[in-house]
Amino acid sequence: MWNWIHRLASPKRFYHFAGSASRWFGIAALLFGLPGLYLALFNSPPDYQQGESVRIMYVHVPAAWLSMFVYVNMAAAATVGMVWRIKVASAVAHASAPIGAWFTFLALVTGSLWGKPMWGTWWIWDARLTSELILLFLYLGYIALQNAIEDRDTAARATAVLALVGVVNIPIIHYSVEWWNTLHQGATVTKLDRPSIHWSMLVPLLMMAISFTALYAAVVLRRVRCEILDREQRSGWVRELAGKS
Amino acid sequence: MNPIRKNRLILAGVIVVGVGIAAALALVALSENINLFYSPSQVVAGEAPRDHTFRLGGLVEEGSVSRDPDSLVVQFGVTDGAESMIIYHRGILPDLFREGQGIVAQGRIGDDGRFMADEVLAKHDENYMPPEVEHALETARSLGVTDQKTER
Repeated sequence: MWNWIHRLASPKRFYHFAGSASRWFGIAALLFGLPGLYLALFNSPPDYQQGESVRIMYVHVPAAWLSMFVYVNMAAAATVGMVWRIKVASAVAHASAPIGAWFTFLALVTGSLWGKPMWGTWWIWDARLTSELILLFLYLGYIALQNAIEDRDTAARATAVLALVGVVNIPIIHYSVEWWNTLHQGATVTKLDRPSIHWSMLVPLLMMAISFTALYAAVVLRRVRCEILDREQRSGWVRELAGKS
Repeated sequence: MNPIRKNRLILAGVIVVGVGIAAALALVALSENINLFYSPSQVVAGEAPRDHTFRLGGLVEEGSVSRDPDSLVVQFGVTDGAESMIIYHRGILPDLFREGQGIVAQGRIGDDGRFMADEVLAKHDENYMPPEVEHALETARSLGVTDQKTER
């Protein structure tokens, strides 16, 4: 296992591994996403209180989950890159940031569109919404810092520290609805008790969540491939690859 | 593990723990301000500001909603189980507004002790179910069957 991971740390191997893995994750995203979307939009019941508006949940909740999952993943990869100086890990962290930022943006926008008809307001400065907005700023700050530093390795070290500092925000987002009183309701699926969502709504929700996760994996691997080619453009194998096609 | 890597790993740990402690202290110090609304009990205990606007949250009391037939004026009680307050509002209420629903109102306390709300927002709970299931639960409750999971 360790051996396999060690060999994957070589850019050339990772490049080829990422190519096929990305394809499979992309297929998985479609396999779960298309039926998931059909169930969510056409074949799931309206909510007893919210009626048809509840269908926004099937995009909003997976996007919000992914916004946090991508951040944790990005911080973990950045730490591995910082401690062991593994360039592929730094590339994964770098490639994750824009994807995470878009998921956060999607969660905020769909949440706002959901908030107007249900709560009566587009936005409120409660703890959940504010901490999610801070997450978007963390992503944007990470991207800006990465772009501001010319040298790749210096940039990787500086952004890893920023990513680690921002990790503190993740538990705050998750527990914000328990620690303080907010307009946003509490957790439904991830609470320790039984999830308080009917299975006919939980199934499409989980399918969408799996699809979003697979989509993230597919896109991040593709972006890492591009970054590896860019980093290794002077090396023999990349020249060979470029000459071949 | 070689000592340089070990040091870097410790550094990473120190960053996370240090920032975590700093954030926890800041949030504990600010907790009063992070809470979105005051409950009726807090208002009765005098914790809410008397001279400027604040938010009041609670459940709409059953049977307390009275509407003026000629205008948008509506008056209702909110409770947190212990204390309750009367809210007076002129405007359009959100679709989710109903008796027993959680709401958050923004406004100030008037001279007569009523809460004059400029804005009323509805909270919804974390339960999602089809209308038929809600109907079945309602029927079961009226027949005297109590289910811990669905009790709210």
